[in-house]
Amino acid sequence: MTAMVDQEAAEVDTEAPVEIPRPLRARTLDDRASVAGSIVGSGSLVWLLFERVLPFSGVVGFVVSWYLVFLLMYTLVSRISNPWPTVRDRLAAAVVTGAAVTVGLALTSTVVFVFVKGWPALHHLNFFRDDMSGVRPTSPLTQGGVLHAIVGTAIQVGIATLFALPLGIGTAVFMTEVGGRLSRTVRTVVEAMTALPDVLAGLFVYVTLVIGFGFPRTGFAVSVALTVTMLPIIARSAEVVLRVVPGGLREAGLALGASQWDTVRRVVLPTAKAGMATSLILGIARIAGETAPLLIVSGASTFFNANPFSEPMNSLPLFIFSAVRSGEPLYIARGYGAAALLLLLVLVLFAITRFLARDRAK
Amino acid sequence: MSSVSDTTIRLPDVTGQIRGAHLDAVAVSAWFGSHKVLERVSLSMPPGTVTALIGPSGCGKSTFLRTLNRMHELVPSAQLAGQVLLDGVDIYDAGRRITETRKRIGMVFQKPNPFPTMSIAENVLAGLKLTGTKIARHDKDDLVERCLSRAGLWTEAKDRLGSAGGALSGGQQQRLCIARSLAVEPDVLLMDEPCSALDPTSTRRIEETIAELRRDVTIVIVTHNMQQAARVSQQCAFFLAEQGTPGGIVEAGSTEQIFGNPRDPRTSDYVHGRFG
Amino acid sequence: MVASAEHLWPSAEGPDVPRDIDPARPAKDSVFRGTVRAIGSFVLVLTGAIGLFLGYQAIPTLRRYGIHFFTQSQWQPERDIVGISAVLVGTVEVALVALAVGFPLALLTALYISEYAPPRLQATLTSLIDLMAAVPSIIFGLWGFFLLQPHAITVARWLSEYLGWIPVFAVDTDPRAASWAQSQYTASAFIAGLAVSMMVIPLACAVMRGVFAQAPVGEREAAYALGATRWGVIRAVVLPFGRGGVIGGTMLALGRALGETIAVLLIISPAFDIKIKILTVGTETTSALIAGRFGEATSAQLSALLTAGFVLFVITLGVNTVAAIFVNRSRSGAATEI
Repeated sequence: MTAMVDQEAAEVDTEAPVEIPRPLRARTLDDRASVAGSIVGSGSLVWLLFERVLPFSGVVGFVVSWYLVFLLMYTLVSRISNPWPTVRDRLAAAVVTGAAVTVGLALTSTVVFVFVKGWPALHHLNFFRDDMSGVRPTSPLTQGGVLHAIVGTAIQVGIATLFALPLGIGTAVFMTEVGGRLSRTVRTVVEAMTALPDVLAGLFVYVTLVIGFGFPRTGFAVSVALTVTMLPIIARSAEVVLRVVPGGLREAGLALGASQWDTVRRVVLPTAKAGMATSLILGIARIAGETAPLLIVSGASTFFNANPFSEPMNSLPLFIFSAVRSGEPLYIARGYGAAALLLLLVLVLFAITRFLARDRAK
Repeated sequence: MSSVSDTTIRLPDVTGQIRGAHLDAVAVSAWFGSHKVLERVSLSMPPGTVTALIGPSGCGKSTFLRTLNRMHELVPSAQLAGQVLLDGVDIYDAGRRITETRKRIGMVFQKPNPFPTMSIAENVLAGLKLTGTKIARHDKDDLVERCLSRAGLWTEAKDRLGSAGGALSGGQQQRLCIARSLAVEPDVLLMDEPCSALDPTSTRRIEETIAELRRDVTIVIVTHNMQQAARVSQQCAFFLAEQGTPGGIVEAGSTEQIFGNPRDPRTSDYVHGRFG
Repeated sequence: MVASAEHLWPSAEGPDVPRDIDPARPAKDSVFRGTVRAIGSFVLVLTGAIGLFLGYQAIPTLRRYGIHFFTQSQWQPERDIVGISAVLVGTVEVALVALAVGFPLALLTALYISEYAPPRLQATLTSLIDLMAAVPSIIFGLWGFFLLQPHAITVARWLSEYLGWIPVFAVDTDPRAASWAQSQYTASAFIAGLAVSMMVIPLACAVMRGVFAQAPVGEREAAYALGATRWGVIRAVVLPFGRGGVIGGTMLALGRALGETIAVLLIISPAFDIKIKILTVGTETTSALIAGRFGEATSAQLSALLTAGFVLFVITLGVNTVAAIFVNRSRSGAATEI
């Protein structure tokens, strides 16, 4: 009896169809049609009514009206065949997506705008090769360049990093690995100092070093101001990265008989390496774009100067600021070129952090 | 013990010669701040044996284990009274090197914690690198093979010694941690619920490993699982903390006695599953 | 094999009191701990000194002008009339506009990334927000002044035309005139606020998104199991859980907006009157005041600027502290890093 049943089962099995997975999250026609229909419908309606009936004008008005009418229409259309919770859900999705698109558009327009306006200056090679000595603001774009500003930014940011990095990471290690009452005080003060507006860091350096100690307004003075701004940021983000390292790893190291220093050096820091690199690079990107302290502490020179200890240095943000306010179209164009360069620098640094993060993500 | 799977290389029996150290806890009491969690715990853990610490959760078993290799004091508010004697010498004596103590008394944790930035081979040797112990290059490979074999991981890992330590399964990671602890050649190995996060197959493998290791290393294991305690240990200590009081040992003795003929009614209730 | 060994050691009879445990650190640990302690102390002294210095500099100014420093709206140091009331009002106005625009956008964008975006895109979108935070403020200042302003003044004109009966939106000119006075709408607190919002959106959005992502999966599943839609889950689980992060992120954004210098400097035209008409030309903020005026300042005037800066610092510090309190007290507190 069993044998016969088995045989029957076997026969049926060979004829059984192959199993096909079913689509689980497909959108219904109603979903798609509601959105598409509402978009087109609201667009046409606003197009018709614009300028005549509606009290708006211009591009901004058109887009805003279209969006609002779309939301209204989408709600009404959905209500026809769906219960209220579904309608609310759809409306929420439309609003949330709209906001995200707005932010995305703002960011994209910024990047595109800067590069488009900067292109006229950027595509001349002399832009990268020369400085502005001897070049009048009204000179054509084939003369002059921002080499001095590029070098200035590189040196000032470099020195600031040289100071802020060991101090910041050392403070972070103190706060996470050693702890204690002093470290809690340090933490509170460092967190408080992240609230310091950057212009005040500049003013502080100006009043103490430049006026108080008679320091000249050199690149080094700027670096000090940048360090003051950068230090709390690095310390805090490094501390966050270190705190994320699981305590179990530290215990494992200690339980093997290692000293705390060896555990920190060979277990904790390597595990935190990628996160630290990311926060450091982001910190550098932020500092490179700082303008306010520069306005106060830095003199602006037009010629190339690679010595941070004598003579003022120019830098990219400072150059941009004075260029775009000058009122001279050609000079403004150079300012945009420098702005594009600065943005490019930030983008490149950012891409590096993404690359480092991807390395770990496996 | 059941027949060992072919992935664990059986070491030749070291008949007659038992290594490992004698570990004694003498009236150990522990506090966190002013909150007392252990009450005068005394226990003798001889070499060649596996001592299981059993009892419901929250009775101080793990805290007691951590006093045995001076991990307890990592918590800033921790305090301790009593002595822990390793071959007769108190490890808490002023001047005893804490890192030396921890080299002789190793620990395997509940959650496997291989170092994620190191490969399998580097993980095994991590203890040596961290403590600055020098070893000749040709001895390194031998040591890696020996430790991974004793931990029951050699066959699975021998072809990927260079790949990341974090890429193994949970049971494999825990065996890697055992191999790592063995590399510094401890006299005692403390294990804090090593199998609680693992599936039954991995648990079985690790229990087999424990059975083999006991000749070389004194083993103290905290476990929630009574059947596991019955399987692997030669002596047991039953911990209990009544409502609001510090934990302590209710009864300790050979495994057969604790499970077959417990003297204290609370022990009897626990091993027969009436609570906990 | 007998376990209990107490009887073998007479010392076990001693009193049950804690003993002094010598940490017995190896030498290199003492060096390590000493070094990082020294670094931490140095940083503490350095950063503390800055705060104290700013406070110290405020004393002569406050002593000289007294309470009038806070009530006087004009800033004419050459006539010894110095006061930050108008400046503070302007600072707050710009920051509030930035928040009014930035808060909903940041919140909704954070919701989009954590709840609506396809999983593969989430990492990319998160890093785009980080990128936006890294863009220098001068770039957004350029964008605000050259690209946004021409469009923003049409919006301002619309607001003053149809909502001008609300005092905030009033402008002293006829918006319906055929050739309307564009210059009355430029360089206003409104436009500066819009530019500043670009800087605070990524800040708040990152904090909020981080918090939303931590909303417990168990609670989400419970809501779905009861038949909730995605929006229902957001309302019932994600937003309540993330409340601390939302508030904290917003306050963090407020702190940033109060201190923003460059974008404001590029856009506004300085005016020292206390007005709430944010659409009208002319305003001044504390940081723009400092950046704009330090050059021609005598030492007394520098002192006044420093005092204004100190007041700004105290306000920003207060805002950040309140933010931290809100975040720590909430359920999402432990997970948030602000």
